[in-house]
Amino acid sequence: MATTSEPAATTSSQPSSASLLSIRSVAKHFGKNVVLRDISLEIAEGEFLTILGESGSGKTTLLRILAGFEQSTSGEVWMSGERLDTEPPYRRRVNTVFQSYALFPHMTVEQNVGYGLSIAKRPAAEIQSRLAEALAKVKMSAYAKSKPSKISGGQQQRIALARALVNRPRLLLLDEPLSALDANLRRQMQVELKALQREVGITFIFVTHDQEEAMVMSDRIALLRSGELEQVASPREIYNRPATSYTAQFIGHTNLLDADVRQGTAICSALKWPTAMPDGAALFSLRPECIRPASTTSATVALPTKSATVRFTAKLRDQAFHGATDLLRVESDGGLILTIRTASRDLPNSEARLEFEFSAADAIPVRATSLASNSEERH
Amino acid sequence: MSASSSGQGSLVKGPRWLTAHALAVFAFLYLPIAILILYSFNGQGVGGFPPRDLTLNWYRILFNDGPIWDSVLNSLMVAFAAMLIALVFGIPAALALDRAQFPGKALFRRLVLLPLILPGIITGLSLLMLFRVADVKLSLFTIVLGHGTALISVATTEVFAGLQKLNRAQEEASLDLGATYWQTFWRITVPNLKLSIIGAALLIFTLSMDEIAVSFFLIGRDNTLPLEIWGRLRRGITPEINAISTIIFVFSLIAIVVWYRLRTRAEVTPEIGAELVETADH
Repeated sequence: MATTSEPAATTSSQPSSASLLSIRSVAKHFGKNVVLRDISLEIAEGEFLTILGESGSGKTTLLRILAGFEQSTSGEVWMSGERLDTEPPYRRRVNTVFQSYALFPHMTVEQNVGYGLSIAKRPAAEIQSRLAEALAKVKMSAYAKSKPSKISGGQQQRIALARALVNRPRLLLLDEPLSALDANLRRQMQVELKALQREVGITFIFVTHDQEEAMVMSDRIALLRSGELEQVASPREIYNRPATSYTAQFIGHTNLLDADVRQGTAICSALKWPTAMPDGAALFSLRPECIRPASTTSATVALPTKSATVRFTAKLRDQAFHGATDLLRVESDGGLILTIRTASRDLPNSEARLEFEFSAADAIPVRATSLASNSEERH
Repeated sequence: MSASSSGQGSLVKGPRWLTAHALAVFAFLYLPIAILILYSFNGQGVGGFPPRDLTLNWYRILFNDGPIWDSVLNSLMVAFAAMLIALVFGIPAALALDRAQFPGKALFRRLVLLPLILPGIITGLSLLMLFRVADVKLSLFTIVLGHGTALISVATTEVFAGLQKLNRAQEEASLDLGATYWQTFWRITVPNLKLSIIGAALLIFTLSMDEIAVSFFLIGRDNTLPLEIWGRLRRGITPEINAISTIIFVFSLIAIVVWYRLRTRAEVTPEIGAELVETADH
């Protein structure tokens, strides 16, 4: 499909193709409790956008505002040039896959999937053909006459998906639809869901708290923290260029370096590296895989970029085996503890002094924002 | 006696004593009913033990007894009408309790239960005074109003309990799929509440059928069955009353068994509502 794009293609934080959905300064208060604060987001036609956040970050509330189950306290939502948030849920060309699936227990699989079409009073022949097509798409044709209670969780999930997609919505909302599935099935469904989205070309807004899931599936990730958008970017950009310390910590693992910048040099304990940051205190994120054991033979040749290489010596504190990689915890000369991910191999016993290096360009300056779990904003 | 032997004693004797106690309670509950049924077949009337000359004669007399069947018909009509009134007013009240926010909601929730707790005498007397003031002539109609209003609370509490168990996401899914609030109510909410509504209806019907206190105050010229029986008892017990009581007992038993089977089947398969619709269609 022309409208779908490779995840790598949309690397900018702004959508490349035409905007389908426009969320403008949306806020939501429940009494004194501020759940969403000034959310603005443009979502492109055919995009797979993931709203990622911890529980209590407001991600489900945002989804419910889009579906029409909640009214925003302020702000507007527009879809293709028309106001969306003033419409009741049944007049929005938006369908939802619920976390609990919310299949109708008193109806068969077929009746569940056909519910939207029969409500819309489509001709019987059309209902039949679209029903058959939708069930085939999720590989559930054999279960058309079953009751939801008679099929497995994964199958119920497919039916919930078919029930939403059969109506050909402009926007599909998915509220943690995979969270009830076991790990293997979840991984399989992630791939299937992404493939399905490309096939049908419908815009997906997917809500999850699982950052790996978000990375695997999304064109873009919108990271929510305590009701505010922390960063909106492609998975690669959000991982490689986190804007804030929260993003850097929430997406993957990182070393946060609390540095002091003086005349283009960042100083953190015994580590020093060149930076473009102005003088003063600055926070840097350095991914564990960006630090590697120093190559004794050809130190500079191995580097992919021209940027300066920072070398340091550190004592090995402990080593954890993770299959293809090892996770090391080392203490640098100044007493700084760093986590390092390297290719799996045998290292000398602990307390050994080792040489490490990283490229100065990999130390990403980030704005300091704390993990929401440390600063729970409850009123 | 050592601690261990007393422990052993309680292990062995305890259950035996409890079994005996359970049997006694069971006898206390059901022996009167058994005797009532037995004597409805007794050729010697209500006297004499053990019953002798088993006969269906009392049933024959019963079936030719016009006034009793009139009262049965009256009771059925009253129960049915009261059931409708209670459901029509009780279900929206349950919905309001579950969904709407209004001032005095907590108070309403408690007050709606009051007619169940109040002695029938008070309900009956206050309704009687109301009808006097409003100058309404006492008849079966006033009994229907009395039963209907007194039993609204049953409908409300039963349906409210059902609403609390309902998965609200189902209703949201329905709205999401394009159904209006009204369509969602009929296609999703009501089928999910079917069991609660049927339960409430059966309970209201039964309660109305054997209601005496409220009926006693509001009765006009036509008797309900309990009042007819009560009136006859003042002239002495005849096995004919045993016979009608036996028939009522059998019908109650059938209703209980049907209700119990519906409920247990619903626990195994939650799609009972749809099955009920299917069987009703055939």
